[in-house]
Amino acid sequence: MARTILPFGPQHPVLPEPLHLKLTIEDEIVVEALPTLGYVHRGLEKLCEVRDFNQMVQIVERVCGICSCLHALCYCEGIEQIMGVEVPRRAKYLRTIWGELHRVHSHLLWLGLFADAFGFESLFMQFWRVRERIMDIMEATCGNRVVVSVNVVGGVRRDLSPEQCQWIEQQLIISEKEIRQLQTTILNDYTVKKRCCGKGVLTKEQAYQLGAVGPMLRGSGWAQDARQTGYAAFGELGFEPIVEYDGDSYARCAVRFRETLQSFDIVRLAIARMPAGETAANVEGANEDDTPRIISGNRGGIMQSYNRDKHHSITAAPPPDLDIPAGSLAAKVKGKPDGEAVTRVEQPRGELMYYLKGVGSKNMDRVRIRTPTFANIPPLLAILPGCELADVPVIVLSIDPCISCTER
Amino acid sequence: MLGNLINQGRIKSPWVVHFDCGSCNGCDIEVLACLTPIYDIERFGILNIGNPKHADVLLVTGTVNHRNKHVLKNIYDQMPGPKAVIAIGACGCSGGVFREAYNVVGGVDKVIPVDVYVPGCPARPEAIIDGVVAALEKVKTLLGMTA
Repeated sequence: MARTILPFGPQHPVLPEPLHLKLTIEDEIVVEALPTLGYVHRGLEKLCEVRDFNQMVQIVERVCGICSCLHALCYCEGIEQIMGVEVPRRAKYLRTIWGELHRVHSHLLWLGLFADAFGFESLFMQFWRVRERIMDIMEATCGNRVVVSVNVVGGVRRDLSPEQCQWIEQQLIISEKEIRQLQTTILNDYTVKKRCCGKGVLTKEQAYQLGAVGPMLRGSGWAQDARQTGYAAFGELGFEPIVEYDGDSYARCAVRFRETLQSFDIVRLAIARMPAGETAANVEGANEDDTPRIISGNRGGIMQSYNRDKHHSITAAPPPDLDIPAGSLAAKVKGKPDGEAVTRVEQPRGELMYYLKGVGSKNMDRVRIRTPTFANIPPLLAILPGCELADVPVIVLSIDPCISCTER
Repeated sequence: MLGNLINQGRIKSPWVVHFDCGSCNGCDIEVLACLTPIYDIERFGILNIGNPKHADVLLVTGTVNHRNKHVLKNIYDQMPGPKAVIAIGACGCSGGVFREAYNVVGGVDKVIPVDVYVPGCPARPEAIIDGVVAALEKVKTLLGMTA
């Protein structure tokens, strides 16, 4: 049988990002897949030489716009570990709330894109409609829709007022109801199952040997999640990972769908148990001289741009009319990080690892970022051979590729 | 006569192609959000398509690096004229926070001519829609349709 080599990407309608796959096909069946990366490589890690360790928070947030909050969280936890800072408990809870809201928006985004990958455009639209509510929560509480920029070394820079917490809870109730309406379609629909069940099967052994992470790993029957390590407030909130056993695209989809609902519960629990207190701690490191931390003050009037008729829905209550509480931004950063740290958090796509090394100067010596998609590419290449060409978009999407993370 | 009709169509229903050129995804998901029910750019006749050969407007998000500048140039060259280019986000406009990174060439305008710059990190969907509308003015000028 003659072999054909088919290029897939870098600019491809199904991929929001430039990933190039060289697919060797034999009569519509993929026999080999070779990835080509590097289209999004910017060289962020080396920027730590020109930006100081406080400014690097803004850089690592932009490693990936979809999970920016968790990148910053992972980085800040690492610096705090090096400098021996104890973050206030309230800040830990706030980090958890924003981190989990980020997971919800990322999973909803993915569920939509996944529906689009198998040609179910109206389902894509529905998931993104629900997602806008989460984006509104971000905007109302942080001032920006996507890159929320709430984490700083030592804590968070914004606080949630009781009215805002109440409003978030109302919004979550509405969103959860809307998501549950879509549950029958994404998980039980005949057409969806036909396109996902048994496609791209990753066995339990393969998942372990190839080092899969995140929903890819949990979809193959491993109960492993970095949230079990208890970062931010997870140590106090408790956490049970969601596991599916089939290892196919459908299982990965189910994991993400159930995790979305689980994250709602985590946000509610965190809001309910959130203690009062400071939102940022003073940071004091080894060296004495001050590193001025530039923190913008309370940016009032952000909500003025909010269009209240946006959802055309009478059930949606408008956000409370108040200035965003700016948190205790008086916390000072003193000293410079000296030492090494490795931190792990669970990103929507899987486990994210930061290695940080400071040598007592204001610039970090090394910032190494290992992202979940990087770990999930070897399993992807293992499940592609043997599938039909038409299933390639579904299988590629099922790992939730984030190329911008991978290449940095 | 027929030419007039085609030009009317170009203005009333511009087709856009989106290329992620080393963006952090923040702007990409905002471009996608434009398509979805809350913003719904299709009500203005704006249609997102995958093929640059069918497109009138090129939306570019993110910085240009040494690898994807060839891809970007290639996509731009495939588009038939008259065409307009919109650089989205701080990165697309100037390189943004990544300006000093070693693999970053700079904004989109280092490689292809840009007609409209949409600032923001990431740019809001409203701003992106506004950018497309502004780009249409440029297309109108190219077609000689300005009064």
